Amino acid sequence: MFGIYIHWPFCASKCPYCDFNSHVRQRIDQHVWADAYTREIEHYAALTKDKIVTSVFFGGGTPSLMEPDTAATVIAAIRKHWPMANDCEITLEANPTSIEADKFAGFRAAGIDRVSVGVQALNDADLKFLGRQHSKDQALRALDIARNTFDRYSFDLIYARPNQTPQAWETELREAMNYAGGHLSLYQLTIEKGTPFYTQYSRGDFSIPTNDEGGELYEITQRVLEDHGLPAYEISNHASEGQQSRHNLTYWRYYDYVGIGPGAHGRLTIDGNKVGTRGHRAPEIWLDKVAKNGHGSHPYEAIDTDQRFAEMLMMGLRLREGIKLSRFTEETGQSLDTYIPQTKFQSMIDEGYITLTDTTITATQDGRQRLNGLLSYLLA
Amino acid sequence: MTKKLSEIRNFAIIAHIDHGKSTLADRLIQHCGGLTDREMREQVLDNMELEQERGITIKAQTVRLMYTAKDGIEYQLNLMDTPGHVDFSYEVSRSLASCEGSILVVDASQGVEAQTLANVYQAIDNDHEIVPVINKIDLPAAEPDRVQQEIEDVIGIPADDAVHASAKTGQGIEELLEAVVTKLPPPREGDAEAPTKALLVDSWYDPYLGVMILVRVIDGYLKKGMKAYFMGTKAAREIDRVGIFGPKPTMVDALGPGEMGFITAGIKDISETLVGDTITEERKRCEKPLAGFKPSVPMVFCSLFPTDNGEYEKLRDSIGKLKLNDAALHYEPENSQALGMGFRCGFLGLLHMEIIQERLDREFDLDLIPTAPSVVYMIHKTDGTIQELYNPVDMPDVVKIKEIHEPWINATILTPDEYLGGLLTLCEERRGVQIDLTYAGERAMLKYKLPLNEVVFDFYDRLKSISRGYASFDYELAEYAKGDLVKMEVLVNAEPVDALAMVVPRDQAERRGRMLCERLKDLIPRQMFKIAVQAAIGGKVIARETISAMRKDVTAKCYGGDVSRKRKLLEKQKKGKKKMRQYGNVEIPQSAFIAALKMGDE
Ligand SMILES: Nc1nc2c(ncn2[C@@H]2O[C@H](COP(=O)(O)OP(=O)(O)O)[C@@H](O)[C@H]2O)c(=O)[nH]1
Ligand SMILES: C[S@@+](CC[C@H](N)C(=O)[O-])C[C@H]1O[C@@H](n2cnc3c(N)ncnc32)[C@H](O)[C@@H]1O
Ligand code: SF4
Ligand SMILES: [Mg+2]
Repeated sequence: MFGIYIHWPFCASKCPYCDFNSHVRQRIDQHVWADAYTREIEHYAALTKDKIVTSVFFGGGTPSLMEPDTAATVIAAIRKHWPMANDCEITLEANPTSIEADKFAGFRAAGIDRVSVGVQALNDADLKFLGRQHSKDQALRALDIARNTFDRYSFDLIYARPNQTPQAWETELREAMNYAGGHLSLYQLTIEKGTPFYTQYSRGDFSIPTNDEGGELYEITQRVLEDHGLPAYEISNHASEGQQSRHNLTYWRYYDYVGIGPGAHGRLTIDGNKVGTRGHRAPEIWLDKVAKNGHGSHPYEAIDTDQRFAEMLMMGLRLREGIKLSRFTEETGQSLDTYIPQTKFQSMIDEGYITLTDTTITATQDGRQRLNGLLSYLLA
Repeated sequence: MTKKLSEIRNFAIIAHIDHGKSTLADRLIQHCGGLTDREMREQVLDNMELEQERGITIKAQTVRLMYTAKDGIEYQLNLMDTPGHVDFSYEVSRSLASCEGSILVVDASQGVEAQTLANVYQAIDNDHEIVPVINKIDLPAAEPDRVQQEIEDVIGIPADDAVHASAKTGQGIEELLEAVVTKLPPPREGDAEAPTKALLVDSWYDPYLGVMILVRVIDGYLKKGMKAYFMGTKAAREIDRVGIFGPKPTMVDALGPGEMGFITAGIKDISETLVGDTITEERKRCEKPLAGFKPSVPMVFCSLFPTDNGEYEKLRDSIGKLKLNDAALHYEPENSQALGMGFRCGFLGLLHMEIIQERLDREFDLDLIPTAPSVVYMIHKTDGTIQELYNPVDMPDVVKIKEIHEPWINATILTPDEYLGGLLTLCEERRGVQIDLTYAGERAMLKYKLPLNEVVFDFYDRLKSISRGYASFDYELAEYAKGDLVKMEVLVNAEPVDALAMVVPRDQAERRGRMLCERLKDLIPRQMFKIAVQAAIGGKVIARETISAMRKDVTAKCYGGDVSRKRKLLEKQKKGKKKMRQYGNVEIPQSAFIAALKMGDE
């Protein structure tokens, strides 16, 4: 597996909970961006010649604010530099305002075959609280168009919102099942440093569910989605068989990916060594660097074998399928137990947080639900 | 030239804290011209920074004054300022043993207090003549006549010719010096021809002069170049300096019978000097050594751990440095599972403990975690042996214990009548047994027997807060007595937390155990696993709390390909884990134990 991530760093307005690298700008010159992406693609292609692309992901920000032509140019550049797998997945993140939904056909024509729509909530009061620029009706219309336009679609919801009771969330989830295709992302609201929500929350303007309540909401989510044939394949991601996001699986299975655009991250294996790449976050600076150097990345970060091991474990345990033990040897030349003694696993196994077979290590649902603690027990 | 015995007076100044002992000493020095006015610094004798700041004298100090009395004779007065606090009564007793008389200072507005009594009784035990001084008569609230009466009633010594003085204005100083010369006796014995015999009163390390030895000569002379023989340590050393404090160190040719001063003998380490030792001449030794002193015994113990485990070495060096000048400080390394490497330390009392902790903090910049103070228990074992228990952790198995004995004290409390009720309640709560209750004017004098263990904790603070600061308190060690005591352990996931082990009266164990468990429940963050916190006596659980496992602990949001951020978070956590302690599967932040220890016993 080998994926290309393209970061579009702009949004129409900034949501108060969001700490993604996104910016609001009056005017964006789409041609300039198309050119810059093309150049950076060229740069990374030279470093990863022998690879076959299995997925492309336009993320953001709000990449549905791109002109479909811009997306088409980028896809063309990718096709020019790498061979593409026959079943290559090309996803675009979209916001469900009417302007964007009306562009879906254009994106389809540009080569996009999957959209992920940021619905976030199924009632207008909560959408307003989340600072969203769309209503519930607009979101449902966008989902209709998506269903009719693309082969596959998914949407996002944010839960554990202020005053959200377990009953309310369950009802909302059951309603969501009516609109769902083969994939759904359900994220628990995180209060991120540096966001307006952080200040408001610290000040006591609103409260969010406690740890126990959050746990209950998570458990409800697992149960309802399981019942509807959309089990979690990752902590916050649900899909019916075969409908998983291949691009995101690439991250979690710890295969290589290229990150294009401001603030985009990549992991590349060059001559057997792993490097981490990271683009400058500010759009203008990134553009400038690309113009000068052909890429907008900070100096690469060398990832040593211990770190490769840690990253593989961190990412892989998010997946219900777990990690094939052979992957550790493939990635680091050494087996799992050279990094973590069996005794350490044993207590996690006893607690029911982990299962370990001859071939695979997996975090159970209880384990995944406490993955931060689990990882710090194993790694820190 | 050394003085005739009849022209020498050796005396101590004793007083309750803050009654003006040090100020009065300064005034005497100034009057006798020991220092010019310009050199006169407030309380020249309290030369340790901390002593000055807290206004307490820790080590005994001595100074030689030359005073020409009304009879025309120039007298040599050797004055010792003694520590006022009960913790240092051992040092007081040493000072008193090397003098023949005492000036008893009593504050004209406060009257007799608990330490006035304790000190005066010690002076009487040492056959001292006593000159009472009623100080601070310049204060508007001074009631010298009432205080004079109190001295007679409460202490039982004549006070009709007490000197009325003000160390502040200088009033009565001349009169006091006359009283010293006329009322206090000269040294009782002293034979200039006999072999040298001198008492080693104290010793300390001076960065310039090495170990300085404070001496009181009985017979013969101490001279520079003389080969001295230390009878206790059996060491021969050549004396390289002989001097006196005036109060500045000044070299003299010799110290003769009855005189006090210092010598140095090329000694680098004070552990080579033995307080109470007899110094004689190597070639011409005296026959019998002096009685000497009982060694000081630490009464209160606690463990000190560096908050940052990396500072263990620094702590070791720092305690070592303090020990150089504080023979009463005891310490040995201790390895705690909960708190890492540190030291089990023994102190004379609570103030001593506090001062050492403060000096480590201030002078050595160490951030320390002290465990709860504890006393020394005597464990009478079934096999007939007796074990001295310095640390609750070392308590033998219950089946091996026949009886546990704990130290008791005789406490004296003086208090204005209105606080008596509250103080009686306090003493009863602390398992006290009332011995006596009498009145001295409007003040009650309470005598109680109390377990020292009940006092080491916060008794003094409680006493002061109940009485709004008016009650005074002093104690002396009484005897050991059998107690119904048990070792209470705190277990986290069935593993004992050594730093939290304590010895408690059986009938209080459950209440204290429950309290400690509840507190820990609040302090220990929820984790991956259920955590059981228990208090237990001899394996039997008497209180328990459960900290349930975290129900959810995972970052939900997708960060796309930003793996470094998460990994770095974990790497940072790994560093933070140095401050964690492992109990079974569970890691408990050291800070939780520290907080539990700090919260005291409410
Ligand atoms: N007004 C007044 N204050 C005094 C007198 N003697 C001492 N003091 C003050 O009482 C306090 C305690 O004095 P100090 O000599 O340190 O007492 P010590 O603890 O007995 O050594 C200090 O603030 C002195 O300035 C006095 O005669 N009159
Ligand atoms: C890159 S973001 C946004 C994509 C798109 N711009 C949108 O808003 O629909 C992907 C998803 O992360 C989730 N998300 C962003 N910030 C979050 C937060 N603070 N807590 C939980 N989920 C969050 C949202 O569900 C969002 O759709
Ligand atoms: S949630 Fe989406 S639309 Fe809102 S600011 Fe973040 S990236 Fe932009
Ligand atoms: Mg003083």
